[in-house]
Amino acid sequence: MSIVGIAFTPADATGIQAFAAALGLPFRLVQITGAANTTCGALKVLSAGLEDVPPADGLVASLEGAVQGASHIVAVSSMASKDVMARLAGVLDCAMVTDVVSADSPSTFKRPIVAGTLIETVEASGAPIVLTFRPAGYERKPPGGACEVESFSISPSKVRVTQAAHKSGGRPDLTQASVVVSGGRPLKDRETFESVIGGLADTLGGAAGATRAAVDSGIAPNELQVGQTGKIVAPDLYIAAGISGSTQHMAGIKDSKCIVAINKDPEAPIFEVADLGLVADLFEAIPAIRNLLGK
Amino acid sequence: MRILVPVKRVVDPFSKVRPLPDGSGIDTTGIKFEINPFDEIAVEEAVRLREKNPDIEIVVVSIGSADCEEQLRKALAMGADRAILVETTHLFDSLGIAKELKAIVDKEQPSLVLMGKQATDYDCNQAAQMLAAKLGWPQACFASAISITGQMLAVNRETDLGVETVEIPMPCVITTDLRLNEPRFVALPGIIKARSKPLDRIPPSVTPAPLTRTIKVESPGARPPGRKVANVEELVSELKNRGALSA
Repeated sequence: MSIVGIAFTPADATGIQAFAAALGLPFRLVQITGAANTTCGALKVLSAGLEDVPPADGLVASLEGAVQGASHIVAVSSMASKDVMARLAGVLDCAMVTDVVSADSPSTFKRPIVAGTLIETVEASGAPIVLTFRPAGYERKPPGGACEVESFSISPSKVRVTQAAHKSGGRPDLTQASVVVSGGRPLKDRETFESVIGGLADTLGGAAGATRAAVDSGIAPNELQVGQTGKIVAPDLYIAAGISGSTQHMAGIKDSKCIVAINKDPEAPIFEVADLGLVADLFEAIPAIRNLLGK
Repeated sequence: MRILVPVKRVVDPFSKVRPLPDGSGIDTTGIKFEINPFDEIAVEEAVRLREKNPDIEIVVVSIGSADCEEQLRKALAMGADRAILVETTHLFDSLGIAKELKAIVDKEQPSLVLMGKQATDYDCNQAAQMLAAKLGWPQACFASAISITGQMLAVNRETDLGVETVEIPMPCVITTDLRLNEPRFVALPGIIKARSKPLDRIPPSVTPAPLTRTIKVESPGARPPGRKVANVEELVSELKNRGALSA
């Protein structure tokens, strides 16, 4: 058995290394964007060196050959990987398991369902098995020696990208940040959200996130939504400010190492899951935290 | 032009679900069922596209038990023209659903398959992409805006980084994201009127053995209970003690 990992971002490579190590299998890497990561422990890296993930149809057509012989074709869970990997499984006519959080065996996996309120154990049959996984539970190892790199070319797509998505601001990626500060509807408007939530995120060198309610009411951009239908995060520190803690939001944060809740309402459900809760007005508490941290 | 909208009957996303005592699945006793919210957004979008392009016919399809009629009737009440119920007790995984939907597409020849990006019960996010693969059609997943110009669609796609704009030729598969639209409320007269719209019951064309199988459904382990701190000073010093502010 052997793994082919599809790294949609350069940071995915170490997650794939950790997952492969947990299954005890060697892996090859196909890296879609950024400079090739040659020290991630892969047997070999096929590098496309693109700036953005290309449309799924052309990408999957080119992946078909690259994944030959693999028992598992894996990627870190993201919107890009869900778009592409499910199409790949369709083309290969093979089993797929989404959002794996742990592997009981090479063909038995655990994954959250119904917004994380239940855990399903799934058995996949046949080969290969395509899966996306959440890297939170996997220990990353220090880089190994350098491996061979080959260039990887992408087949043409019927889809034309007329405007690429551009990441706003200089903050770390939400799904990879070690600190995430999120805000809910009490943040009122875009400016307030940016200065209060964005400000604390910057103080802590972290990313900013938001609830669905905050995004729906225009307080925060769509790509910051954390939860069942948005981004799943698992930082070392998650600070939820003005967030009551719906099931859908909790589905996106519960693998965080330490959850801090700041909320005026002492009865907010978020306090039931938070490691540390502070009943306070976030507009007073957050500036005070930044003050104490001397920034 | 025809738009095919597959809809899934799912447990009410706002209900509290538990595992069955024997762990074989989700206990649905006393739980309401709804159209998967993302599929409801797809139905709404199809209706809105037809408001601008009157020659569109909207066909909704559901695969499952006879109970799925409830969700199809709601989609008809929202404005779909006719419904197909693939009535079956066969256990389909996403790949099987894609194969069954392909058979429907082959028969109905839609220009566009518009469906939810994921179902809120099993949260798989697979069936649409697998269908696109089986059809050899291009796909645009996670749409937050769709407009038709001739044989092309302009789609805003939500990505990990933000919004990407693409042009995609028909026929194609598009999946809906949360902010594409807000589905209309259908009042009782609409639902009653929808009873006279055509609904075809057909057997499945394919019943492939599922490649993924649920072995167990259980409740997740609870996080250890936390505690409240008295003030900001205690919060910051506790975070420092735990090494959570090392970044």
